[in-house]
Amino acid sequence: MTAEHDLELADSEAVFQRVAAHVSEGARFAGLFAAAQDGETRLRYVLAQDGSLLCEDIVLPPDASGYMTATSEIPAAAWYEREIHDLFGLVAIDHPRLDPLVLPLHPGAPRPRPGSWQHVGPVDLDTRALPVHLQGEGVFTIPYGPVRSGVFESIEYLVETPGEDIPHLRTRVFHKHRGVEIRFEAMSTDDGVLMAERTEGVASVAHAIAYCQAIERIAEVEVSAEAGVVRVIHAELERIANHLDSTIRHTEAAGQVVAYARLSLHKERVQRLRARLCGSRFGRGVVVPGGVSGPPRLGSSEIFGAIDEIEGAVRADLRLLLNTPSFVDRLRGTGVIPPAAAHSFALLGPLARASGQMEDVRFARPYAAYGQLGHQLLDTKDEGDALTRQRVRNEEIYGSFHLIRQAIDRLSAHGVVWSRTIGPCSGEAIGWAEAPQGEVLYLVSVDGGRLVRVKPRSASFHNLGFFHAAFPKDILTDFAFIEASFGVSIAGVAS
Amino acid sequence: MPWIPRGLREGIVTSRYPRRPDGYGDGFSGTLVVRSAPAPAGNLDTAIAGCPTGAITRGDGRVRLDRGRCILCGRCTVACPEVFRFDPSVEVSTTSRQTLFVPEVDEDDQALEAARSELHRRVRALRRSIHVRHLDAGSDGSEEWEVAALTNPVYDVQRLGIYFTASPKHADVLLVTGVGAAGMLDPLRHTYEVMPHPKVVIAAGTDAISGGLIGTGYASLGGVSDVVPVDVFVPGSPPTPFGLLHGILSAVGLLSPAGSKRSLALARRDADGPASPEDPPVEAGP
Repeated sequence: MTAEHDLELADSEAVFQRVAAHVSEGARFAGLFAAAQDGETRLRYVLAQDGSLLCEDIVLPPDASGYMTATSEIPAAAWYEREIHDLFGLVAIDHPRLDPLVLPLHPGAPRPRPGSWQHVGPVDLDTRALPVHLQGEGVFTIPYGPVRSGVFESIEYLVETPGEDIPHLRTRVFHKHRGVEIRFEAMSTDDGVLMAERTEGVASVAHAIAYCQAIERIAEVEVSAEAGVVRVIHAELERIANHLDSTIRHTEAAGQVVAYARLSLHKERVQRLRARLCGSRFGRGVVVPGGVSGPPRLGSSEIFGAIDEIEGAVRADLRLLLNTPSFVDRLRGTGVIPPAAAHSFALLGPLARASGQMEDVRFARPYAAYGQLGHQLLDTKDEGDALTRQRVRNEEIYGSFHLIRQAIDRLSAHGVVWSRTIGPCSGEAIGWAEAPQGEVLYLVSVDGGRLVRVKPRSASFHNLGFFHAAFPKDILTDFAFIEASFGVSIAGVAS
Repeated sequence: MPWIPRGLREGIVTSRYPRRPDGYGDGFSGTLVVRSAPAPAGNLDTAIAGCPTGAITRGDGRVRLDRGRCILCGRCTVACPEVFRFDPSVEVSTTSRQTLFVPEVDEDDQALEAARSELHRRVRALRRSIHVRHLDAGSDGSEEWEVAALTNPVYDVQRLGIYFTASPKHADVLLVTGVGAAGMLDPLRHTYEVMPHPKVVIAAGTDAISGGLIGTGYASLGGVSDVVPVDVFVPGSPPTPFGLLHGILSAVGLLSPAGSKRSLALARRDADGPASPEDPPVEAGP
């Protein structure tokens, strides 16, 4: 080891100490991201504190092979460091298990290095690099996936079990890796939103909002109040659809066929309403850099009518569902995440809010029109089981209807600027949104209107890193419930 | 048992498609059509240059849209409304990659017809009971929602004898979504291999047909047709539930694919005379 190498390590050590200090003072670890720039690699720790984000950077020279791991102090950093190892070939020194996560490659194989704009040919995956060894005596592994029974996104779980308990579980997410980050490179800022919508397709609106917010921050453009209101309407409909989807999976696992049919019908009606508002069942094409593409295609009274009808039916069925013992019994005490664990792993979204971590980005760092709309914060809940996560989602669904009503009231039809022009801008910024899964971040840098580096971070990626730890007292038959209660989309994990 | 009356509350919500057209299409951006209307050349150039997937081409004096690449972003409809227009049609799946172009490319009708009747012959035995294995080969996640929607009470595909199956060994139809991600190519190959004959492959969505916006990259094959032989192409980003249903039914010869010149079983029945609400359920024997 050269003296220079020691110096680099000392440098990264100092940054790491500052990050650890922020965290011990109450900041939430929101992620660790890398970007290749002129041979160097910049690592950026992002922390959320008191309604703002703060960043700590390390710049690694071209010949650097590694940096100090943060995993020992910040357990949530583990997946971020594994991802950086896959995409950049950089080693997190002293990482407990630096196994491949999103891209298992042969040692020495060229890495995509997002931000470098280098061409990468088709990769040859090396699945032998994946860990298979078992922990404990009398334990065997049940591989589950990537092609699973039912209509699911591809993911593989290796369930290690002595028969019924799940003492250990491995999550393999690389199958679906599509190379989204590289695809963003050199796109125009206008095209980038199309890719953001397809990074995690079930949360298209939230991703588009977070991406556009970063672009608008760089271009120093503020969207009009009405555009913000339209963004809220579509984002909240997306939340209702996603929370219903998670509930539908619960009812399917519990064999509640009537509830399954009823809630699927409600979800379909939400999707159809979204299509009637904008032409897309997933709200695509609405959010554009600088604003929105236009007003909802239905009049206020028609939207109110549709919302009333859906809300009445949804409320009645969710109320009955929580009074159905054969449903509730499967969720109560299942997949308990204690508040301390949720805090130390910095979990996001409804998953965290069921374990006492009440932050909601819509109100902690308001964007779109959320700052102007009234809302009721959830009562603190900290039981942390699948049932509490279901209750949190139910209340968020009701909250979403409330927000949509207020938003429609603020729509005006005349003299509205739906979208402001974004010229060829340069700079970098972070955008965010509260997706149904939790906080989504976009780290964007632009040069003359071309995207240099875009790093999306979905809540699905962050939260799924904790999945293996959510089986403290649970058995194999609880698996489906715990998975549904996480409510993640795999496309957002291994994009 | 409070759920039982709850289940009856709404009456029948199930679509009558394909026996009856479904009104849902109204105002819905299901696909794009290309009209041969005169348009300011500047507008047309803007539309072609602005297409994020290069789906619009100009050759032999005609403008063509490749629905297999189109992600329905609608920019061309803004840049050149004279030529490009959204259309609510959901019956857009085809049995050949070439017929995804609108307007159609002149091609060997005989070869196309031969391929179609080969498929028709192959699936003859499947019509009453169709078991579908879905496989995600790198989707953005929205495709799975639309596939899963087929089992909701509105589409309720079991009424048509369509079932989703857990095992590929029980499957007649392989419904593939996603761009052909590197990590899914082996599972895709294996799943196809263990399916019994006859088997049919549907590429569901623009991503599965061409890679969509991702296209070809270090971890994306740009569609799945190089790995498994695709019989039916369902465009859309994501494809709608009705689009998927049309794809499955045309795969097994119960509906005519888009652009087809020969009507198949169900289409033929409807041509025999207007169906009445009392019609018996669809029965299409060999």
